[in-house]
Amino acid sequence: MSLSVTPVGFGAALLAGLVLAIIGHPEPPGAILVPAAAPVPAGAPQTFVLKSVSIDLPTSNIAFPGGTKAEAINANCLACHSAGMVLTQHNLSRATWAGVVDKMIHAYKAPVGEKDVPAIVDYLTETKGLK
Amino acid sequence: MGEAMRRMIGTTRRSFLGQAGAGGLALVSGSAWIASARAETTVDLPLPDGPRVRVVTTSFPQKAAMILQRTRPPLLETPFEVFDRGVFTPNDSFFVRWHWAVIPTEVDVNTFRLSVRGHVGTELSMTLKDIVDGLPRVELAAVNQCSGNSRGYTAPPVAGAQWSNGAMGNAKWMGVRLKDVLDRAGVKRGAERVRFAGLDEPVVDGAPKLMKSLDIDHARDGEVMIAYAMNGEQLPLLNGFPLRLVVPGWYSTYWVKMLDRIEVLDGPDDSFWMKSAYLIPDTPGATMKPGQTGVNMVPINKMVPRSFVTNLKDGDTLKAGAKTLVRGIAFGGSTGVKSVGISIDGGASWLPTVLGRDEGKYSFRQWQREIVPAAGAVSVMVRCTNNDGLAQPATLNWNAGGFMHNAIEIVHVTTS
Repeated sequence: MSLSVTPVGFGAALLAGLVLAIIGHPEPPGAILVPAAAPVPAGAPQTFVLKSVSIDLPTSNIAFPGGTKAEAINANCLACHSAGMVLTQHNLSRATWAGVVDKMIHAYKAPVGEKDVPAIVDYLTETKGLK
Repeated sequence: MGEAMRRMIGTTRRSFLGQAGAGGLALVSGSAWIASARAETTVDLPLPDGPRVRVVTTSFPQKAAMILQRTRPPLLETPFEVFDRGVFTPNDSFFVRWHWAVIPTEVDVNTFRLSVRGHVGTELSMTLKDIVDGLPRVELAAVNQCSGNSRGYTAPPVAGAQWSNGAMGNAKWMGVRLKDVLDRAGVKRGAERVRFAGLDEPVVDGAPKLMKSLDIDHARDGEVMIAYAMNGEQLPLLNGFPLRLVVPGWYSTYWVKMLDRIEVLDGPDDSFWMKSAYLIPDTPGATMKPGQTGVNMVPINKMVPRSFVTNLKDGDTLKAGAKTLVRGIAFGGSTGVKSVGISIDGGASWLPTVLGRDEGKYSFRQWQREIVPAAGAVSVMVRCTNNDGLAQPATLNWNAGGFMHNAIEIVHVTTS
């Protein structure tokens, strides 16, 4: 697994350095085998206090590329999931893509307009189809 | 679907429709995520084909750098380097997988309740204090692995998250026995299954809420836990805060996150996520031929052994003739690690390795061994055998879900 760093914008070098520091390989080969995260230390207090949590989740800003050809998939599919995982799929046959769209509609109740189904399958087959 | 969600979906649709003609990677105006202000770090996953590049993101709360497989609902993979640092996966590096996008972003520990209903003597509504202070505390190290971990290697490929090997993690879970909670409610005679669900909800009306169930005897085996802490801290929200089911030795699909309802059933569970999803062929190694029909399909269940080299990666250069330490992690699946062997002659002979500290039979366990590589290309193969005598197979299994991969891993290195 290799890391490539493409700095974009202000503060990129600092951030990239931070990322490498976090996921890099800090130990020399031959380091002693020790658990990284210690479990609850001996003598820890018997009470365990949970604290309320409030977070913000990032949203995706990626639409399916392709202009008018992507209109149907962008209009129907992004309500339930972002585009990223679709764009990293392997190339699959038209029948497989049709099956995926059918599963989304019938198993997962995606509110996809019946008239949009062919355009979605066409898009997936064109962009992620077996050549 | 709540009104807020309807509005959000409406907005999303309008945003995309409004720019559908623009082409390229359109940016949604008003997004909380400003791409131009962030470092775009990427990783090349060593997948056999298909798109290999993924963004490495630091945008998720309570999470360090993670491999972004999907933003919404989140699919975040642990960078593989993390597994070389020890047998416990840090909470902020622990993989994340959600099915539905309606995930509460706030949990109030004072108002949260865990309900126990169904075929019980007394229905319960437990506070977190009832659980943390009112029941015996237990701790257990256990691997949590996605059913589809390593799906990106499936050949021929199948649809789904194209994970590399980082949809897994190991933690010391702290919590209470599910059995103790069920006993407090008093399971009635005739109970067959115990079903679990969390606070997450489908985006659309009528879609199947994520629910999973276990056989009553499994649920009461004293090992299945309700965890309120991992590695000594409360769970990150994306890993299921405040409560998560821990099903040692079983795939992660059963480890229901944000667990807030337990239902004892007096019959089989015919709900979608048990009957129609996460099914594997009922064959040794869960393998079948693409297109094969008439195969009996069953819910995925126990994990199988796996092992990985963590201090070498494909393309590394070693010194020919020099002693070189190779190390990694292994887990036995539904039982402990009996042995880990490595081979540098294509599997003709296997060399024993030294195992690290035993943290329990459901935990990752480190292994290491020195090798002396000959000149030229070297393939380092690693194979775990568990305490049931089950060893990793040489070839990758295939099924339509891309589930339960555990073939022997091979790292290809060269020498200089």
